[in-house]
Amino acid sequence: MTEVTMNIWRGDSNGGNFEQYKLERVEGEVVLDVVHRIQATLAPDLACRWNCKAGKCGSCSAEIDGKPSLMCMTRMDTLPNDTITITPMKTFPIIKDLVTDVSFNYVMARQIPPFTPGKPQPDGTYRMQQVDIDRAQEFHKCIECFLCQDVCHVIRDHEVNKLYYAGPRFFVKLASLEMHPLDTVDRRALMREYLGLGFCNITKCCTEVCPEHIKITDNAIIPLKERVVDASYDPIAWLGRKIRRKSKMTAQEAYELAPARVAPTSLDGIPATAVED
Amino acid sequence: MTIAQEQGTVPQVVPVEIGKARGGPTDKSTLRTDRWWVSPAVTVTVLTSFVAYATFAAFQGKDYYVGAKMHRNLISPFYSPCIAESCQRVAGSHPLGIWASFWNFSPALLILIVPLGFRLTCYYYRKAYYRSFWQSPPACGVADGHKNYTGETRFPLILHNVHRYFLYLALLFNVVLTMDAILAFDFPGQGIGFSVGTLVLCVNAALLWIYSVSCHACRHICGGQINEFSKHRIRYRLWKMITPLNERHMQLAWVSLIFVALSDLYVRLVASGIIHDYKIF
Ligand code: SF4
Ligand code: SF4
Ligand code: FES
Ligand code: FES
Repeated sequence: MTEVTMNIWRGDSNGGNFEQYKLERVEGEVVLDVVHRIQATLAPDLACRWNCKAGKCGSCSAEIDGKPSLMCMTRMDTLPNDTITITPMKTFPIIKDLVTDVSFNYVMARQIPPFTPGKPQPDGTYRMQQVDIDRAQEFHKCIECFLCQDVCHVIRDHEVNKLYYAGPRFFVKLASLEMHPLDTVDRRALMREYLGLGFCNITKCCTEVCPEHIKITDNAIIPLKERVVDASYDPIAWLGRKIRRKSKMTAQEAYELAPARVAPTSLDGIPATAVED
Repeated sequence: MTIAQEQGTVPQVVPVEIGKARGGPTDKSTLRTDRWWVSPAVTVTVLTSFVAYATFAAFQGKDYYVGAKMHRNLISPFYSPCIAESCQRVAGSHPLGIWASFWNFSPALLILIVPLGFRLTCYYYRKAYYRSFWQSPPACGVADGHKNYTGETRFPLILHNVHRYFLYLALLFNVVLTMDAILAFDFPGQGIGFSVGTLVLCVNAALLWIYSVSCHACRHICGGQINEFSKHRIRYRLWKMITPLNERHMQLAWVSLIFVALSDLYVRLVASGIIHDYKIF
């Protein structure tokens, strides 16, 4: 039997440091199993969050050898080193050991105007075709593990941007709403002016870490960026709207429909330089 | 009316808290132990080599056309559409000349702005050079090399939003390069034929078409911007066709980039007499 050294971050908001735990390797284990064995034998007070152990609840997010990952879906035999480092997610405030306070995400979730369908058909129902909603199925696989939010350098390395930035998980949410065939809200200006879509520089780390393999950048963020171009930067699209007398929603109008708003800030940092209707 | 409005709970102000203590060591830029720097290093190497070669080739202002004297009709993609007047002297027999008389420098410098702008604003190349040259971030989970960050919200990076216009221009260029490839079947004084040079120009044009069609802006304009695919069957079909190509946009970006340089190199070597363009039939 070979040994493995687990280097785990122990601490809380007052500071912390790495503690080393040496254990035997057991075949077939995932990182979460080893953490549980440490809890059971060497450190009963080690805090970690978990629930399903099947990669579906999104609770056990942490950073394993510096990579944001689900502890329950990372097999020990895929990690090449004999010393393995586990730290809590870096982007969110620490509560204790591997447990972080992810409430930033709940604040951002509430900035988003929810699904708002138009008038139902005469028989009082709504109908949509399968092809119209196929595209959004991918987005609905999200388990809200917030690993994408954690890895995103926009807020990971520049915390002040949290004030203006919804983050990849919510761009996925926004994409599913914006592409919905029945939805009537236009969130494009809102995304540009308040939710920080322009901060993303499409470097794809969110896509790299997503345990549900959602192509966040290619299928959600870039299409949203292109929609924002339609709404704010493309003179031909602007002309098209004028000719067909279509209007778009302002950021304020869309924001009125959101369950909540971030404190007064968002516009301060973001210039609204664009073709405006 | 939203649920929140029905419940009378909007609008409500909720704060984002920043500046709280976070876990993990603060003195390291990453805890990754794999060779995460390989990929940005490769990007820097390849892109730098390409730019160096393209600059060299663009400033040459000669050896970009193989004409009737050698019984060929091959033009380097770096110099096509060849619209400078100096082109007329060199490529006088080339039928695609609209000659700009004001331009006295290398004709390549006049037109390279389009492919350059197209690739510079391409969503894939943006990722590649933000990560490698700008270190923002160098790799996932590795600290951004900059103190402040505003992404693409401000000048100059906000200009990336012009990408679709470069796409339109690039598509026009593809038409011209396709005509170049067709003209390469013409062997002045020898009739119709097919040489290695013809093959090179054909493959080059094909790769550029596939690369441009796989573009994210193209995917959006062709169909992605529609919410009700069922009401736009043709655009839906287009979107469905582009999507698998779009998934390979990165590979196509590299292959087409390298091949353009190789095509120029081939024409250059033939034009300067270093190699002979082998005629297959
Ligand atoms: S692609 Fe955009 S959202 Fe995703 S991690 Fe990178 S910067 Fe963040
Ligand atoms: S998009 Fe992926 S990485 Fe982000 S929260 Fe959802 S499942 Fe997790
Ligand atoms: S424990 Fe549920 S995702 Fe890991
Ligand atoms: S060419 Fe790469 S995204 Fe348009």
